[in-house]
Amino acid sequence: MLKIENLDVYYGAIHALKGISLELNEGEIVTLIGANGAGKTTTLQTISGLIRPKNGSITFQGQELTQRPAQEIVKMGISQVPEGRRVFANLTVLENLEMGAYLRKDKEGIKATLEKVYARFPRLRERKKQLAGTLSGGEQQMLAMGRALMSQPTLLLLDEPSMGLAPILVQEIFSIIQEINKAGTTILLVEQNAHMALSIAHRAYILETGRIVASGDAKELAESEQVKKAYLGG
Amino acid sequence: METFIAQLLNGLSLGSIYALIALGYTMVYGIIQLINFAHGEVLMIGAYAGYFAVTILKLNFFAALLFAMVVSALFGMIIERIAYKPLRRSTRLAVLITAIGVSLFLQNGGLQVFGTDYISFPQAIPRVTYKFLDGNVTITSHQILILLVTIAMMLILQYIVQKTKIGKAMRAVSYDKDAALLMGIDVDSVISVTFALGSALAAVAGVLLGMYYQTIHPLMGVMPGLKAFVAAVLGGIGIIPGAMAGGFLLGIIEALVSGYWSTTFRDVVVFGLLILILIVKPVGLLGKDTREKV
Repeated sequence: MLKIENLDVYYGAIHALKGISLELNEGEIVTLIGANGAGKTTTLQTISGLIRPKNGSITFQGQELTQRPAQEIVKMGISQVPEGRRVFANLTVLENLEMGAYLRKDKEGIKATLEKVYARFPRLRERKKQLAGTLSGGEQQMLAMGRALMSQPTLLLLDEPSMGLAPILVQEIFSIIQEINKAGTTILLVEQNAHMALSIAHRAYILETGRIVASGDAKELAESEQVKKAYLGG
Repeated sequence: METFIAQLLNGLSLGSIYALIALGYTMVYGIIQLINFAHGEVLMIGAYAGYFAVTILKLNFFAALLFAMVVSALFGMIIERIAYKPLRRSTRLAVLITAIGVSLFLQNGGLQVFGTDYISFPQAIPRVTYKFLDGNVTITSHQILILLVTIAMMLILQYIVQKTKIGKAMRAVSYDKDAALLMGIDVDSVISVTFALGSALAAVAGVLLGMYYQTIHPLMGVMPGLKAFVAAVLGGIGIIPGAMAGGFLLGIIEALVSGYWSTTFRDVVVFGLLILILIVKPVGLLGKDTREKV
């Protein structure tokens, strides 16, 4: 469904992604794990069209993405929950969700999706009139995910959904990610919390300073000595 | 007491014009963190557009106002497209200097095209003076019109910003451009619309100023532009209700200083106020210290 080939991304003189290649099949949860600064967020931002790569290609359902503006990429069905949630703190919860459906014109359809999002995150319904900036960290994460779902993506990019959340909330968020996947959305999950990410993913890629150093079945990777040592604390 | 009421009325009409201009400053600042110093010139262009609409196109006041708004809105969008958009990724200083350049260019361009003379602005609405309190307090039909038009514009703007899709997108973009891009919002066109709205309000201010002073001039936008900038900072730059409050407050302060003290000290007080607010509460009266939540 998504295919990245030999992607090179630079920030000025810094070579952030050094020819990475990865692939997602429809219906999968694939996780991209690695330490801070490995290039995980850069990868997602390049897919979403916020950063232009120097070389390489990204194809989604056979179509090249790298030269398209961000809004076209959203329209094609790729939605991102950015790192740090990035909800619009000055907008209400409902307005944030409406922004998620910005490119959609079907009023009835938007309403139906909104109901689905509320059903998945009942807290958001309770707080729909509240400014997003007044929500707790966990609620903001739910809002960011609900907002991304409003465009009815077929591919959802999640950037560190566990960041800064209490362990119990992390559990909750991860089980919601699995539910979203079971409902038919393919997921690319970027995480520092390798243990959690590997536990729900089908496959995984490990990124180290801009290079993919290992990839494979998530369960197998979680068992490998190399990964255990570097990412799972022994 | 009569002086006070009279000056208060003066202050309200002048203040509403400042508020209209300040709104443009604050909206543009809110969305791209730029003090658009060419805003006063957009006002001037609106005033001339209104003038030609009444004298040559023979439009009535409201049609002329609408015409001026459209002309200024287009102008504002063109300025943004040509002068500011190519600098989107540059430093804020580079854009600020460009804005000053655009301002000077339009001032001198205006002097070239429209001439250096003051021209009298047609009284598209008859000027009637109403007296009350034994004739000690007067209010003109123009003052009432200025106030009513301003209030109407503010209500329309509030509606657009709070309730419409583009208004919500404007607020989203002003908070976080990258996140807005991820929603599929076309950030460039939202910025364009913001310039159009702010410029249309400047045109209203220009036409109203023409009516208020009964003359227009290519440099007419300079001083009101600067004062409205002070008003926007006073209320809290980037905050729409702040610009409204700041505009009215500044107009009233100016009128009271002129009435009770001296008109020569008027500008001293206004710009003194700018310095004071920058020292005491740089975020402005309605501004909040923003804290990021992680």
